[in-house]
Amino acid sequence: MRPFKFSIAGDPETAITTVSANANAKFLGGGTNLLDLMKEDVTHPSALINITRLKHTAIEKTDNGILIGGMATNSFTANHEKIRKNYPLLSMAILAGASAQIRNMATNGGNLNQRTRCTYFYDVSMPCNKREPGSGCGALKGMNRNHAIFGWSEKCVAVYPSDMAVALSALDAVVHVQGGSTGKRTIPFADFHRLPGNNPEIDNNLKHGELITSIELPENDLADHSYYLKIRERSSYAFALVSVAAAMSLDGTKIKDVRIALGGVAHKPWRAAAAEQLLKGRDATIANFKAAATAELSKAKPLEHNKYKVKLAGDAIVRALTYALNGAGYGIEAGLHSEV
Amino acid sequence: MEDQPKFPDLTDAERSALEELMPDEISEIITSGMKRRHFLKLFTFTGTGLLATHLLGIEQLMARSATGNPLPPTGIENGINVSFKVNGNTQQLLLDSRMTLLDALRERLDLTGSKKGCDHGQCGACTVIIDGRRVLSCLTLAATCEDREVTTIEGLADGNKLHPMQEAFIKHDGFQCGYCTPGQICSAVALVNEAKDGEASYVTNNIRKTGKAVELSDEEIRERMSGNICRCGAYPNIVNAIREVQGDKAVAQVWQFADGTI
Repeated sequence: MRPFKFSIAGDPETAITTVSANANAKFLGGGTNLLDLMKEDVTHPSALINITRLKHTAIEKTDNGILIGGMATNSFTANHEKIRKNYPLLSMAILAGASAQIRNMATNGGNLNQRTRCTYFYDVSMPCNKREPGSGCGALKGMNRNHAIFGWSEKCVAVYPSDMAVALSALDAVVHVQGGSTGKRTIPFADFHRLPGNNPEIDNNLKHGELITSIELPENDLADHSYYLKIRERSSYAFALVSVAAAMSLDGTKIKDVRIALGGVAHKPWRAAAAEQLLKGRDATIANFKAAATAELSKAKPLEHNKYKVKLAGDAIVRALTYALNGAGYGIEAGLHSEV
Repeated sequence: MEDQPKFPDLTDAERSALEELMPDEISEIITSGMKRRHFLKLFTFTGTGLLATHLLGIEQLMARSATGNPLPPTGIENGINVSFKVNGNTQQLLLDSRMTLLDALRERLDLTGSKKGCDHGQCGACTVIIDGRRVLSCLTLAATCEDREVTTIEGLADGNKLHPMQEAFIKHDGFQCGYCTPGQICSAVALVNEAKDGEASYVTNNIRKTGKAVELSDEEIRERMSGNICRCGAYPNIVNAIREVQGDKAVAQVWQFADGTI
């Protein structure tokens, strides 16, 4: 690891001023991704400002939802009574990610800022436009079985790895940030992460020096029918090949509201807008779920080695919606073992 | 061995225990430490309970040389003074800002129980407990540990009494090469507390039900231990050990010494 200056911030203003003054400085949250990237020499900040002692760790009720602190850990958030009761989709998604040890360290703000696990990005001897703009994309014509089927560009086909963010996308979360020239601002979740376009090195729309202070979850009536399904190569502690956050509210047998977001398929959490549109107002039946999945996946553009993801994602949408419909408990017994 | 490791004097109890078990080799052990053949011999001399007691004696014998005098720093860049507690002892160290907690424990405090496996957060061999929560020491900068309380495998036993999880791992042979074992045991100790506190996992049934201790099925234990990888595949025995500590019933031991070896 290359040398860097380390400091601890006691308040957000100090943290923001210190990072803003140095284009090569970074906030250090749980460090579970940042430290790894520094060890691999993918990133080499000249200064780290530890922000885990800042007070943005609470989870509190607001007039129209819940605010979760940017510095709260993933474990704390997933297990908080308010989240488990009202946003079980978020709890499930967080608990599907990484391991207990990592969730105990990782912060909510840091989770949103984690970077792709594309092997070409991680291997500094390979070309990668995300790591080194202009160097090319090793994955486009290389081994791309884990890569994007939606929204990619010739410059980058990497996928975004967070499970938590897929649920936040479905829940229409809002990111609260502080710093920069504007002081404080809010970013709707759909606008937080970016598609690669010509600048894949920019993962999201945070500006240098901006700090995620909290994430707002608007109130909804989706809790009774929600499910986070994660498909991976081993049953735990692996990144998703494809994941689905599915939630709906019902009016009798009809679908009043429905949210579907996919992980592992694009440069950002992929909101399945076509599928949602098809399902709204229709009966909650497996036939309709299948039609919705087909509509969404008809727009997929797989690469050479990841055509399997098209069928996998379609099947996963149907399965996740079915579990969500059944209110099928949340967990392996009620969910993954039941027939669809 | 040209450089013989220095060991402190044995207590009377330790000396008599060793003399009783291995009268021929006691002097060699005292001068050159515990070797594998001593270990194997000890193993054949003793039953499981005895083995546990004596392993602890040896472990403490080895560990004692490590406390009190942190190793001096070398080649520090952007030095940070850190004061934190490790296994109940306050430590004050001047550290390179790049140093991970794992390296500080192993290289500066000589606490080599926590193992460096992948060094990238993928294997769990370096798991320690900070302020009651299990974390990966390879992804923790030591500089972030100011005022924290760190517990490593060396700090789990209570004096001469092994932690119940350590005893259960021995009873159920929850290790083969043993390299991942310290991290597994730290993880398992924290896991039991997490379940008691009602914390959910991805496989917990009905995550919306809160406030109740979670009963650990084998499925739950496997999911919760999935951050600790064991290449030998000692998993079934590890699950048995954790079930034993978490539940109130003894779990049957699936191995025993062959006839005639004791």
